[in-house]
Amino acid sequence: MKLTINGKAIKFGDNVDTDVILPGPYLVHTDPNELAKHAMEGLDKKFPEKAADGVIVVGGKNFGCGSSREQAPIALKYSGVKCVLAESFARIFYRNSITIGLPVLVCAGVSSKVKEGDELAVDLQIGKVEDKTSGSVLQATMLPEFIMEVLEDGGLIEHLKRRFETE
Amino acid sequence: MNIIEKILANASGKQEVSPGDIVEANIDVAMTHDLTGPLAIKSFREIGAKKVWDSNKVVIILDHLVPASSVISAGLHKTVRNFAEEQNIKNFYDVGRGGVCHQVMPEKGHVRPGEVIVGSDSHTCTYGAFGAFATGIGSTEMAAVFATGKLWFRVPEVIKVNVRGKFQKLVTAKDLTLNIIGRIGADGAIYKGLEFGGSTIREMSIDGRMVLCNMAVEMGAKVGIIEPDQKTVDYVKARTDKPFNPIKSDTDATYERIVDVDITALEPQVAVPHSVDNVKPVSEVEDVNVDQAFIGSCTNGRLEDLRAAAQILKGKKIAKRIRLIVIPASQEIYLNAINEGLVKTFMDAGATVGNPNCGPCLGGHMGILAQGEACISTSNRNFIGRMGSTKSFVYLASPATVAASAITGKITDPRKAVKG
Repeated sequence: MKLTINGKAIKFGDNVDTDVILPGPYLVHTDPNELAKHAMEGLDKKFPEKAADGVIVVGGKNFGCGSSREQAPIALKYSGVKCVLAESFARIFYRNSITIGLPVLVCAGVSSKVKEGDELAVDLQIGKVEDKTSGSVLQATMLPEFIMEVLEDGGLIEHLKRRFETE
Repeated sequence: MNIIEKILANASGKQEVSPGDIVEANIDVAMTHDLTGPLAIKSFREIGAKKVWDSNKVVIILDHLVPASSVISAGLHKTVRNFAEEQNIKNFYDVGRGGVCHQVMPEKGHVRPGEVIVGSDSHTCTYGAFGAFATGIGSTEMAAVFATGKLWFRVPEVIKVNVRGKFQKLVTAKDLTLNIIGRIGADGAIYKGLEFGGSTIREMSIDGRMVLCNMAVEMGAKVGIIEPDQKTVDYVKARTDKPFNPIKSDTDATYERIVDVDITALEPQVAVPHSVDNVKPVSEVEDVNVDQAFIGSCTNGRLEDLRAAAQILKGKKIAKRIRLIVIPASQEIYLNAINEGLVKTFMDAGATVGNPNCGPCLGGHMGILAQGEACISTSNRNFIGRMGSTKSFVYLASPATVAASAITGKITDPRKAVKG
C-alpha cells in the first residue's frame, strides 16, 4: 500500500462507536462493498457518497469504541476512507484497522487544528500530518515497525500468507 | 508483577514482563460466534490455513441471531456449523444447546483461572471474573489464532479499583459497575487493564463479578480481572476436570493508579443516552417515560438477575403501554428460572420471555425500537441506534431498576417499588 496519503478531512467528535460506524443489523453482510454502503450511517447517512473519492476521517477521543466488529473498519475502508486520524482509538478497532490494512494514526491536536474539508497529506513512515489548507503540520505517533510491515503488505491476511510462503 | 503481567509472562514463556512490552502469547481458548465467525472463517481460508491449531481449544457458540432471524442469518449459521463439523470442533453450541456466549463459556467449563482466552466479541473480557486474561479481538485476528494458536499483546498498564462497603438493599453489581464507568469514563482505561479488588468484590457472587468484568470494555479496557478465590475455584471445579493455575497479584505488584470506591451510600444508577459513561443516580432521571424494558444480555441475563427482577414483579402487572422482554442468558439459566417459578412470575406480570440469545441488545431482532421510543435495559451499550432506530433512546440500569420501571412505565427507583 501507499505510504503517503492525500485526501479531504471529514470530521467527527469524541467516542465515535462501532454501532454508528456500522449499525448491528448490517453485520449479517460479508461483502465489503455492501458494508460500505452503510458506513457511518448512525451519524451521517450521506457519508458513503462524501467518502467515495477518497477521504481522511478525523476523530476525537476513543474513536471506534464498542464492539469487536471488524466490519466497522472494513465499511470505512471500502467506502473510500484512506486513513483515520484521531486523538485516541479504542483498542479492538485499532487492531482491526491494521489487520484489514486501514492506516490509523494517533495524532494529538488533530481534532482541534484540522477543519472539515481541509486537504491533508499524511506520511505514514514518519508520522507527519500536513494540513495543506491551513499550512499547519502535526506530528502523529509513529507506528511500530511490525505494524508498518502488516500495513505495507496490505493487511494481516497478506502478511500471514507471505509468512506461510517463506516458512 | 500484577495478575495480568503474571498471566502474560506465563503464556509467552517469559520470567517477567512490564507494561509496554509486546509479547506473543499462547492462546488457551478461542471463542467465536455467528456474527463474527463467518468473517473469521473467510479470513482463515484466505490465509491458506487448512486445520485449526487445536480443535479442543476452539469454542463456537451461536447466540446473536438465534434461532435464525432471516435467510441471511440462517446462511451465517450454516457456514459456522459446517466449519465446526469440518474442523472436528466438539465445543460447538448450536441453537438450543447453549445461549449467550459469555454465559455459556464459563458455564460449560471453558474458562479457567490463569488462562489466556480470546473471543471475537468485545465482551470476552467477562471471563476476567474467573481470573483469566480474556479479551476481544477481530475476526481476522481470530483467523490468525485459529491458524497459529498465538497472538501478540502489548502488556497493559493496570488500574486497580478497590471497592469497599456493603450494598444497600436493591442496589446491585450493575449499579456499582455503572458508577465505576461514570468515574473512569468511556475512554479512561483505553489499552489498559482493570483489576477489581477489595472487600466488596470478595463478598460478591460470581454472577455479580461477571457484570463488573463484562463492562470493562465500556471504559476502553483490554481486560477487567478479579483475583480468583475459593468461590472461583468452587465454580470452575464444578464445571471442568481440566487442571488450572489460580494466579494472583504479588503483594508488591505495581499499578498505574489506584481508584478507591466506597459503595455504602451508592443508590441505583442509570446510564443515560447516548454514552455509557453518562451515569446518573436514578433519583435524577425518575419520571422519564419508557416504551420498552429489557432484562437479559451477557451483562445481566443470569439467575441472580432474574431473581432480583422477579422479586420486584411478583404479584404485579407491568404498565399498560409498555412491553417487558425477558431473555435468560443460557439454557441452564432458563430451565432454572422455570423450575424456580421466575418465568411464571414474569408472564403473570405481562412480560414476554424469549429463548436464550443476545436478543435486542444490539438491535438484531426480538425487540427493535422504533423512532422516538425509549427502552430501559439491563444490557451494556446505549449508543445511537444500538437497539434500533437512530432516533431511539436506551437507558442502562440494573434488573431491579428495569423491573420497577416496567411496572410504572417510567424510570423508577426499585426501592420505591418494593415499599409500595
